[in-house]
Amino acid sequence: MIQVQNLTHRYGDRVALSKVSFEVKKGEIFGLLGPNGGGKSTLFRILSTMMVPTEGTVTLAGHDVVRAPAAVRRQVGVVFQTQSLDKALTVEENLRAQGHLHGLSGALLTGRMQAAMEKLGLSDRRKDLVETLSGGLRRRIEIAKALLHKPQVLLMDEASTGLDPAARRDLSRHVESLRSEEGVTILLTSHILEEADRCDRLVLLHQGSIVAQGSPQELRSRIGGDVVVLETGDSASLAAGIEQRFGIKPAARDGQVRVEIPNGHRFIAEVVEAFPGAIQSVGLHKPTLEDVFVRETGASIE
Amino acid sequence: MSSFFLPAITLWQRELVRFWRQKSRVLGVVASPLVFWLLIGYGSNDLARFYSGALVLTVMFSAIFSTISIIEDRREGFLLSMLVSPAPRTSMVLGKIAGSATLAWIQGLIFLCFAPLAGVRVDLVELIPIAAAIFLISFTLTGLGFVIAWRMDSTSGFHAIMNLLLVPMWMVSGSLFPMATAHGFVKWIMWVNPLTYSISLLNFTLHLPNATPGPMESLIVTAAFGLVLLLLSGVMAAQKATRSAA
Repeated sequence: MIQVQNLTHRYGDRVALSKVSFEVKKGEIFGLLGPNGGGKSTLFRILSTMMVPTEGTVTLAGHDVVRAPAAVRRQVGVVFQTQSLDKALTVEENLRAQGHLHGLSGALLTGRMQAAMEKLGLSDRRKDLVETLSGGLRRRIEIAKALLHKPQVLLMDEASTGLDPAARRDLSRHVESLRSEEGVTILLTSHILEEADRCDRLVLLHQGSIVAQGSPQELRSRIGGDVVVLETGDSASLAAGIEQRFGIKPAARDGQVRVEIPNGHRFIAEVVEAFPGAIQSVGLHKPTLEDVFVRETGASIE
Repeated sequence: MSSFFLPAITLWQRELVRFWRQKSRVLGVVASPLVFWLLIGYGSNDLARFYSGALVLTVMFSAIFSTISIIEDRREGFLLSMLVSPAPRTSMVLGKIAGSATLAWIQGLIFLCFAPLAGVRVDLVELIPIAAAIFLISFTLTGLGFVIAWRMDSTSGFHAIMNLLLVPMWMVSGSLFPMATAHGFVKWIMWVNPLTYSISLLNFTLHLPNATPGPMESLIVTAAFGLVLLLLSGVMAAQKATRSAA
């Protein structure tokens, strides 16, 4: 449904994306995960036909974003990170205006609006001015708006930014049902791990390049066993000590040493015993996408 | 056909609905030219001479406020969804300019209610050419605002242009002193300033003095200026962006 090939984008001399390639299949929920400034927003702007890339090709629903932007726009719904609603208008007026932009009108549009509002639980708010509504509701209006023309692909940029955990879960539920009930292909960008974990597949973006791609499960399984995080005053010397004593190579960052190891609980007992007083706190967890990201880039996502 | 006009009409309608819901905006736009006019007019004991200038200033303020909103609206607002919709950019430009021009026109008409203070008496039939002239000027100034705002990243840049270009342009348009009494290079500036022709056109339709250049010339220059700005707006908006538009 989406093909990205060798995509490169520069702003003047600064390279924002470098040879990015991936493919999204029909009906997938696909995530672009990475820290802010990693290239997600640039990629999103190119996918949503707002910007022409320096090099490379992108096709959405069979149309090239540079050569046939109008055709792409008919097949794609876009939910922006920032608000794209008119706050002085009601929910219904916003949706109607959006429908008109897509050339929809009359009974057809009214029907689509009703269906979209029902699907996203907005029916009882349809006469309310947008400025009186909460952030979570506004997000849902944005999605309803993006669905009016029945797009095959829904692009969502950091859609859960600024939402509380409950509203975020609610949003994920709506997104999931769009995929399962309507077969919409969804591509979302995020820097929130919990959200990325719910994707079918994802790419990790760092400094404009893809550092890893696969399902969250596959990515996590790159790390064998457990992750042990040791807080310490002097991470470099502790890391060196561990390497010497246990023959494994830990990652040292300011005040932290991370070790990937099977049977982490046993390692903890040994390491605390071996370096008395050097360790301030100890943590053990199953690998997360954050661990994968740290392993591939040495940097943190959030 | 409907895919061109429907988006334009929707945008136009949106401007009107927003305006109606924020009626206090009228006060902000009409009040300051009214105060300027009354102070300068009473002080120099010649309200009639400064009337057209004050009316054009009202229209200009309204046009600027409407088009300045493009800058924010494109980053965070309704224009963002227009940019990724299949609606043609030209239809978007037409809708936005028509909407903003209509608002400027309405506020110009509100200012027209103060015409009796300037000693202007208007017959009902004469209202038609006057209203038409005000609309033409509204359209022109909105087009000018659009062309400036479209490339701007921040509203502070727009304010700079307003103070360095638009307000001086208004000052040397016959709003404060007629072309006949102007000195040196300022006279030349007035001659090439499209706004001079707008003021003259208004003076002519209102039967006020200083209706030079002549009415035909004024009408043609004002209309041509508006048309050029509309075309320019369309061309600018249709360009593909390699930097982000939002």
